[in-house]
Parts: sequence; structure tokens; C-alpha cells
Amino acid sequence: MGTYGDRGNARVLERRLAWRDLPGEVVEIAAGEPIPSTLDVYVIGGAEDVPQTLAAEGLGASGPAIEQALDGGSVMLAVCAGFQLLGTTYVRTDGKAVPGLGLVEAATVAGPHRRIGEVVVDTGRVGVGLLSGFENHAGITTLAPGTEPLGAVRTGSGNGDGRDGAYQDRRLVATYLHGPVLARNPALADLLLSWVTGPLPPLDDDMADRLRAERLGAAASRPRWRRS
Amino acid sequence: MSQPSSPTQRSARTALAVQAGRLAGRVSRRAGMGAGVTIGGRVALAVAPGVIGELAAGREAVVVSGTNGKTTTTRLLVAALQASGVSVVSNDTGANLASGVASALASGASGARPVLEVDEAALPRVIAALDPRLVVLTNLSRDQLDRYGEVGTVANRWREMLASRPAQRVVANAADPLVVWAAQESDTVWVDTGLLWREDATACPACGALLEWGDGWYRSACGFAKPEAAIRLTGDVVEAPGEHVALSLSLPGRWNLANAAMALAAAREAGIDLKEAAAAMSDVREVGGRQATWRLPDGRRARLLLAKNPAGWTEVLRFLAGADSGVVVVLNCRVADGKDPSWLWDVPFELLAGRPVGASGERHLDLAVRLRYAGVDFVDDRDPLLAAGKVGGDDVEIVATYSAFVDLVRRIRSLRSA
Ligand SMILES: [Zn+2]
Repeated sequence: MGTYGDRGNARVLERRLAWRDLPGEVVEIAAGEPIPSTLDVYVIGGAEDVPQTLAAEGLGASGPAIEQALDGGSVMLAVCAGFQLLGTTYVRTDGKAVPGLGLVEAATVAGPHRRIGEVVVDTGRVGVGLLSGFENHAGITTLAPGTEPLGAVRTGSGNGDGRDGAYQDRRLVATYLHGPVLARNPALADLLLSWVTGPLPPLDDDMADRLRAERLGAAASRPRWRRS
Repeated sequence: MSQPSSPTQRSARTALAVQAGRLAGRVSRRAGMGAGVTIGGRVALAVAPGVIGELAAGREAVVVSGTNGKTTTTRLLVAALQASGVSVVSNDTGANLASGVASALASGASGARPVLEVDEAALPRVIAALDPRLVVLTNLSRDQLDRYGEVGTVANRWREMLASRPAQRVVANAADPLVVWAAQESDTVWVDTGLLWREDATACPACGALLEWGDGWYRSACGFAKPEAAIRLTGDVVEAPGEHVALSLSLPGRWNLANAAMALAAAREAGIDLKEAAAAMSDVREVGGRQATWRLPDGRRARLLLAKNPAGWTEVLRFLAGADSGVVVVLNCRVADGKDPSWLWDVPFELLAGRPVGASGERHLDLAVRLRYAGVDFVDDRDPLLAAGKVGGDDVEIVATYSAFVDLVRRIRSLRSA
């Protein structure tokens, strides 16, 4: 799935390996195709409601393969609708409940309005500093007790309760920061890669650092969503 | 259709609205606040909400809408109509919301035929008010998602509007599943423009199942499929029942051939001979600054291209591929552009690798990061004209998002007149 430039995340991972002379290849899986259990990193992105239902049906069949891969040491980045699909249920705006894969103990309900704009997430303990991104979704996601978020929302909405995404150490990162979140936040990209490759040498991220600084500054003017 | 009425039968309220709108437009222009088109229309609509319907009554309006190509399609259609002696009024300043439509209707000769481009979100309201003779639908793709909501929603609104007008004559692009979904219950002339943009239509708009795509076709399990087109564009030849014409446009690119095919189909609906219409279109060289060319201070030739969204950028980059001129890409993310540039990652900037490239605009850093991951070397300057001066190449192509494009058109015009 990819409504908001999601293939960018796969591209970023592949390039960051190549720049370090590490092998890597992007395998694009079209909607409806089975997902192999043999990949090292899974990236799943955003979608509108109808494609999301399709993807949920397609993914449902591939659920065991993905779970097997993650249990075997593969890692997953799930963005926006991808995050919702990995949860237990997603209730659409039309009231239809779409069952998720249940890889994350998280239930999502489509809220009354879309939350759109720049987001800043403080990853705290996860250790990749402030994340800068853009969100555009109506989802309100509730994590089950004991499920760790990716971080605390400083600007924007995220899950809708002051937290964003979900985090499973060395296994999974989920977030509402859509599109190429890894392009803006190279430290997050390298965290995911390092779970597969081990420690990685740093790269020249001057442009990404300048972009991040600019976006963090711009986001400072957007308020955090109040709980409603 | 509503009863035709002559200008003298317009209500006093409409007359007042037109006057108030003109006054507000004049005040706005004098105050240096722009062309005064939008404010004039807004005032007129506030004074008389029915002003569009009254002004348009009996004038057989044509509206053109869609994500890409509506301005150029409108301009090409206007050229064809005018060449055949029809008096036309159009919103050629690009003001394409209800206010701009009201303004255009009030400005022209009262008998002139309105040919209007209309913003895709504003289309249902404008059709309801205008009762047009013909609706032309070019395509629907992602554009300013943060402003309009998702593209499927726009398609559904179009469909609801057209379903309430089953006799509405429509000219619609058969190559776009969302346009087909919107127009399939109407009295529609299908045009196959050949350009398949499938990124936004992986799911069948009718049933939600996966769309199956092939070379020049798409279909769904429920029976939804690309309709048989009466008018087809193949290369630069447009075929219509019993006739065909080769296009020789002054405007570049495949996307302008597609625009011209849509405009030809609309002109044909207006009773204009296909070959005469095509000849008139070949004289259109520049549409609202698109494809404007000028000299840079260092003597090199520069050309300005507009690209508003992933489909438009992809078309422009493919068009530019293979040449070795410099390319300056310019990104703004104001409200008119859409505030979220995530779509940059759906555009094949890799096509620019190996040639001189500049990253520019208010969001040049987003472009810089995208170009780095695309393996493209670039120079970086927020100001597009400075970036054009820095970039290599014998000539320079400047590709800009909407608000950056509008700024550049203004600057180029002042350079030309200086
Ligand atoms: Zn279907």
C-alpha cells in the first residue's frame, strides 16, 4: 500500500545499505500478492479506506508468514494504515469493523475528523530523539496495557492520546508519521537496519539534518490535539 | 435546463451583485491586492447567491474540471470556439472556484458563451448553480490531499452530482477509472487519452475489489471496466467516428496531446469541425505562463513548466528525460500546493540522474533529500532564478509547483517588460 509516498521508506533503507556497501534489494509486493516470510525488513504504508479493506483481506492470508518472519528476527516498519492493520481491529468511518493481524495489541476507531499536519514525536527511551513527520488520518488508536508507544507526541495528534505508534524492541516500529518518515529521520532508519545488520557506521546526513531542523521549527507552531 | 433569459430580465438583486462585485474587484486592484477576480466574485455571491445561475441562463456553458490539464484544456477549447466565430467568456486568470466563475460570468459580454475551468472540489456546487450544457472531466489524481481529502471522496461527490442530472452531456476521460466511476450514469462521450494513471485507483471504485490492469485496459470482477471510447488518441492522432485528425501542437508533451483530445471532443460537441478545431489549437503557445520561455541574465534560454502533483511531475520528468539541458525543480508547500510533500517519493526523480539539476523553492530541503536518495547531484538555492543561474546546461527547464509557478510567472513578466 502507498498513498503518501510510502515506497520512499523502502528506498531510504535500500540506499542507506548501499552507501555502506551492504547488499539490499527492495521487493515490492502488489496488493493481493502473497507476502513471503523470507524478507529481512517489512515496510507497510498508508491507504484510503477501500484499499485498506483490500489490503486487510490480502494481509490476513499472509499474517502467519509475517509473524513467522518477525519471530525469526526480521523487522517491521508500519506506517499509518499499515499500523492500523497490524492492530487487532480497525473500525472504518462507515462503521464496518476490519479485523487486523493482531501483531500489535492496538485497536483503532476512525474518528470524526481527519488529523492533518506536521507532527513531532519524542522517542524518549527508544533513543532516536525527536521524530519529524506529517500525519493525515482519522484514526484514534488505543494501545493495550503493556504495549509500548513509539514516543510521546509534542506536536500533532499521533494515536490521539498524546502518544504515537507502537514499539517492540528489535522487532517492530509503528507510527502515524506517514510517507517517507525514514527520509526525515535517518536515525530511525538506521535503528531498524541495525536490528538486522548489527551496528552501522554513520553517514553524511547533512541535508536530512537541515530538513529535520527546519520542520521541527515549523511544527512548533502547531498545537497538540486535545483529547476529545 | 432553466428558461433562457436575456440580460434585461436579470433580477435587480443580480444586477446589484454584479455592480458590487465589480466595485470590490476595482478596490482590490487599486489596493494592489491582485487582479480582484476572486474578491469581486465573492462579493457578488454574497449579495446574490443565485448570481451564477442568473448570469449563465441560456448561455450554454461548458465547464472543465479535473486534477491536471483543466486550464490547458479550457484554453484549447476556447481557441477552437473563437476560431469558429463563437464569442467566449472564460476565467483565464485561473480563478476557478465559484467566486471566479461568478466573476468571469459578470465580466464578459452578456451573450458570450461561458467556457470555464472549475476546481474539482467546487465542481458539484458550480454545476448545480450553472446548469451547464456540457461538462468535461479530464482526470482525478492525488492533489493537495491535506486540503481536499482523499481522491476517492472527490470522485464520489462528482458521481452524486452527475447522478442527479441523468441528461447531463459529459465528455470524460475513459482512461481514468475514477472519472469513469463519476460519469458512467450520465450521457457521456468517452475519450480514450491513452494515459493510464493507476496509482490512485488500485481498488475498483464500484465494488472495492482489486482492479486488473493491462496494456490500455482495466477491469474489475464486478464488471466495472474501461468503457468503449468514441474518441481515441493514438500517438498524435485523434480518431472520432468517421473522421480523424493529426494534432500538431505548439505545447509540449504527451499530457498536452491528452488535453487537446479532450478539448477536441468538447469542440465537436459544440458542432465545430474537427480539423478546424485542431488547427486553432496548434496556435496556442503559452497557457497562463505554462511553457513560457525567456532569457536568463547569462543569455541561456529558460522555460517554465507547471507540475502540481505526482501525475503531473511524472509526466513532466518523462518528457524532459533524454535531453541534457539543466533542470531546476521548485517546491513550495503553501495551501494552494498542498502542505505535505510526501508525494515526492512517488515521483521518479531518478530520471534526472546524470544531468545538471537545481533544487529550489521554499521547501528546497525536501527536494534536496529526495534527490540525494535518487542518486541525483544537484545545486541548492531557495530562489529559483538564482538556482537557474547556478545550474549547468545549455538551456534550463524550470519545473515548479503551483504557487512557485505563479510567483515565477509574475517575475518573468516583470523581467520581460523591464
Ligand atoms: Zn468492481
